[in-house]
Amino acid sequence: MEKVTVYAAMRAGGMSRRAFLQACGAIAASLALPPGSGRAIARALERTPRPSVIWLSFQECTGCTESLTRAHAPTVESLLFDMVSLDYHHTLQAAAGGAAEEARREAMAANHGRYLLIADGSLPVGHPAYSTIGGVSNLAMLQEAAAGAAAVIAMGSCAAFGGLPGATPNPTGAAPVSEVVRDRPLVTIPGCPPIPAVIVATLAHYLTFGRLPALDPLGRPKAFYGETIHDRCYRRPFYDRGLFADTFDDEGARKGWCLYKLGCKGPTTYNACATTKWNGGTSFPIQSGHGCLGCSQPDFWDGGGFYRADALPFGPLTPTATIAAAAGVAVGGAVAAANRRKRAKARAAHRPITVDDLEKGQEETP
Amino acid sequence: MSAASIAFLAWVRGPGFHIALGLFCLGLVWRLIEIYALGRDRPLAPLRRRSGASGWWTILRRSRPSAEHESMVSYLAGYTFHIGLIVTFFFFTPHIELLRRAVGLSWPSLPTALVDGLAVVTLLALGVMLASRLLDPVKRFLSVAEDYVAWGLTLAPVLTGYLCFHHLLLPYTTMLALHLASVEVLMVLMPFTKLIHFVTLFPSRWMNGEHFGRTGVAA
Repeated sequence: MEKVTVYAAMRAGGMSRRAFLQACGAIAASLALPPGSGRAIARALERTPRPSVIWLSFQECTGCTESLTRAHAPTVESLLFDMVSLDYHHTLQAAAGGAAEEARREAMAANHGRYLLIADGSLPVGHPAYSTIGGVSNLAMLQEAAAGAAAVIAMGSCAAFGGLPGATPNPTGAAPVSEVVRDRPLVTIPGCPPIPAVIVATLAHYLTFGRLPALDPLGRPKAFYGETIHDRCYRRPFYDRGLFADTFDDEGARKGWCLYKLGCKGPTTYNACATTKWNGGTSFPIQSGHGCLGCSQPDFWDGGGFYRADALPFGPLTPTATIAAAAGVAVGGAVAAANRRKRAKARAAHRPITVDDLEKGQEETP
Repeated sequence: MSAASIAFLAWVRGPGFHIALGLFCLGLVWRLIEIYALGRDRPLAPLRRRSGASGWWTILRRSRPSAEHESMVSYLAGYTFHIGLIVTFFFFTPHIELLRRAVGLSWPSLPTALVDGLAVVTLLALGVMLASRLLDPVKRFLSVAEDYVAWGLTLAPVLTGYLCFHHLLLPYTTMLALHLASVEVLMVLMPFTKLIHFVTLFPSRWMNGEHFGRTGVAA
């Protein structure tokens, strides 16, 4: 049973008291909590035993783990592995094969009802046999692990929304974690990969307040997914002034103008890349000259193409317009022919009336 | 923002847009063929001016304000919202991108702040047009349901576009989907309502002018 507190683990890892307090302040700031909350987080982490974390990987590329482990010390992201007792993670653990699976079962039994379950990757619900670990299907493993979890975190866009495995035509019948886990508190942290600081802050919030942070309707922490990339983008003034890069090597691109025309999905993408940035706050995709792909949004792979401007219709328009116009010619021709027949009939039925006829008519009228 | 609004946006960008584009093209071609095929009787009277002169003159003359026939409110608000519509549609970057994809032509956009301001002016002018229609007894008498539908169809894309751009009222994704949906409804109904004047206006004025160029006395 893990009894070491988060604070003790951090100190054992070489972190000074001052750095610890600074990190708590940074976490509070990233969650947009009031100034005094940093101290509250620090007090909570001093008392709270490190939670047991079971990290399950399903249909994924390990990019989420790679992103987290590439976080540079001493950033907030690097605190992740000090904050938790990572009892199972098949990429990072030393054990392998049956021993690893045994360790997972032991940790789950020892911390039943208290451990945090992190899942990355989607689940081949349509065909469970497509992805198995130690002979156990991903679906069965998630159901078993979720049953004893205090909360579940769907890490990355595959776990959150289906991601690449769920993209059309979705051969494995991939589904997000939310379609399997319905009776446990669930937070989604989408992104391909997600921002490491987001999971640290989400964990810190959970450890401090005993509950998950405020979530949006897609289960994402509002503190990080409350605004679009576009709203916080440093290139936004160029959008407002109508200054755009038309190609990746034109004058606009060199001058750092807006990448909207090159397919930037910033306006429809909710994430904190433009403020939190990556690699210790160094940069983010738009800053490096490439538009946002919209990776933290559902079905972003099927969004009509990474280089097609946001809000543009999907698919080729010419065939639709051509077929419709041809149908229009046919319908228009048929209606015109019907009109002509009607007119010809009216002309044939026409009987000329003379003034005498009219006068005769008037005389007959009483 | 919910998964439903994202799915709705995907639908209006995908199948919804293709359906609307298809019905727009079908309806437009159908109506134009139908109108053209109605034909005109062979004119027996000689033209009083050079061929085409009366047509062009009528296009110009009927585009000027006429103190006898129209109130200045209709004239000013009418021109304002038409110009506003044209500028916001043809000179806002996302719209130019759409047209570039649809027809392969593109041109420079106007500064977003200018287009934004014009959208507000357009909305105000549309409000004035509705007020004028409701308050003027003659206009109210002449108005039929289709007039109010046409007004709503015209207002909806501008209003949702403005709200969408400023992230007002609803989440951006939902409002963008509503904006696209309002445009799609407009596209579908345009050929089948009096909004078809977007193509028939000048040709019909030209035809009228040419017709009048053969009748009556020289004025």
